[in-house]
Amino acid sequence: MIDVKDIIKPENLVFKKSKVLTDTPMHYCPGCSHGVVHNLIAEVIEEMEIQETTIGVAPVGCSVFAYNYIDIDWHEAAHGRAPAVATGIKRLMPDKFVFTYQGDGDLAAIGTAETIHACNRGENITIVFINNGIYGMTGGQMAPTTLEGMVASTCPSGRDHARDGYPIKMSDLVAQLPGTCYVTRQAVHTAGAVRKAKKAIRKAFENQKRKKGVSLVEVVSTCNSGWKMSPVDANNWMAENMFPFYPLGDLKDE
Amino acid sequence: MKGNEAIAEAAIRYGVDGYFGYPITPQSEVMETLMAMRPWETTGMVVLQAESEVASINMLYGGAGSGKRVMTSSSSPGISLMQEGISYIAGAELPCVIVNVVRGGPGLGTIQPSQSDYFQAVKGGGHGDYKLIVLAPSSVQEMADFVGLAFDLAFKYRNPAMILSDGVIGQMMEKVELDEYRPRWTDEEIIEKNPWAATGKKPVRGQNIMTSLHIQAVDQENVNRRLQAKYKEMQEKEVRYETFMCDDAEYLIVAFGSAARISKKSVELAREKGIKVGLLRPITLFPFPYKEIGSYADQIKGILVPEMNAGQMIEDVKLAVNGKVDVEHYGRMGGMIFSPDEVENALEELIIGG
Repeated sequence: MIDVKDIIKPENLVFKKSKVLTDTPMHYCPGCSHGVVHNLIAEVIEEMEIQETTIGVAPVGCSVFAYNYIDIDWHEAAHGRAPAVATGIKRLMPDKFVFTYQGDGDLAAIGTAETIHACNRGENITIVFINNGIYGMTGGQMAPTTLEGMVASTCPSGRDHARDGYPIKMSDLVAQLPGTCYVTRQAVHTAGAVRKAKKAIRKAFENQKRKKGVSLVEVVSTCNSGWKMSPVDANNWMAENMFPFYPLGDLKDE
Repeated sequence: MKGNEAIAEAAIRYGVDGYFGYPITPQSEVMETLMAMRPWETTGMVVLQAESEVASINMLYGGAGSGKRVMTSSSSPGISLMQEGISYIAGAELPCVIVNVVRGGPGLGTIQPSQSDYFQAVKGGGHGDYKLIVLAPSSVQEMADFVGLAFDLAFKYRNPAMILSDGVIGQMMEKVELDEYRPRWTDEEIIEKNPWAATGKKPVRGQNIMTSLHIQAVDQENVNRRLQAKYKEMQEKEVRYETFMCDDAEYLIVAFGSAARISKKSVELAREKGIKVGLLRPITLFPFPYKEIGSYADQIKGILVPEMNAGQMIEDVKLAVNGKVDVEHYGRMGGMIFSPDEVENALEELIIGG
């Protein structure tokens, strides 16, 4: 019989945790996209050898504790304010790599002004935008990106645009601004999608060297707890319902 | 030069790294002066007009967490918008300087000078148990001098500091002696002086995380205890005030900022009439000179507190004398400014005759 010790030999290694990830167990629900995206950011930082020169700005939301998992220096911003905090950091330390990590409530509701204006000023920062169409941490309330008809705890009969307004496509909005150089929409629900998302994040970080403005990577994500689905069902639901409204691919690449 | 211009000149000369602001009357000359002087070409100071006061205070948060000297200026409605960010900065224990050139309120109020933001400045302002270091200039010279003092105290205690001025001092023109230019800190100096700053994680240390989040109650309480210990130390070591003709005084006027400047003349008018009155001017509003004002309680018969508000600092003066002496307020509001005669009359009517 094969023992565990026989399996964990170096030659059997198919996945290695990035050195830029800490050993802290993640608090995210099983099936949540955050852990995958954190890993991709850590891998990009490791591969670019910029652990000592990268400053992250964490949001308010489930990923408020991103600094517990990615082993770099961080600022924990107030809800929605990450692009302003990142502006302060980048303007004063232009040689550092500065990125924000924001959810849809953070980036597309309470922080709309900070997002739009950081993009419009062309700050040389990277924005990673997790869009799962719901407020996860506070328990599944309607988000600015919640789809029409989609159920949330503050729209229990489904989002109705007559009452709740329409879901907002922030990436499409900021792609119109001359201050952004790269805007893309990705997902991490399949191995192929994960590889593409990593390439996008890498490009978004590399772009900071070119000083051509904001690079924004939207990751259309699941919140299976908030959506009240199994992880597999959530991935399927996302592909069937989220992707038609939030189609994957580059919106801008200059 | 104007008080607002003095702030800008002093900031560049002191070696400030960044200014982030949003226009609002009566302090827009601060950013206008900075932009006209183009310090990014000389000292390397960054000057940026933000999209709102909410954004500018958060740019300060990012800059302060980088270990740099950063500041903003605004006036009352703008300072209200900044309160969220100020609370985060105080919670994360980061140093920065915020100038409030106060105008009358509430609401949009008036663009005329007032002192009606005293409570907001000295009692916290935003959410949570925190204090700012608050300096109250009463001349254009002090507008210039307090920029450096505010930064020194802010970095000494890793705490945001506020210069609480008003439209009188901001717009008034006086001669000013400015300090020599001093260089900004180098990156190496910042790492050495501010090892807590988020300057990029090095192998020699753990992560530096600028945060005010402590989700476990016991951790948050420990942070609160540390903050309170810091404020207590400030109260013991950093009280600053000025006295004028207090040695033989039978009556006292306690006033800050522009009200103190006007009251100095009132003291002279009263002295001409043979009234033995002195002026005590708190320079630090937090920490407040409780002990120092209290020490006059046995010597004097009454205290007048003239303020350009409905009576705010008077509460701290009453705490200072703890009921031993009659304390009365004389105020004008909404941008109205009292004359030295008015204050002198109030002294005679409310304190001596009262």
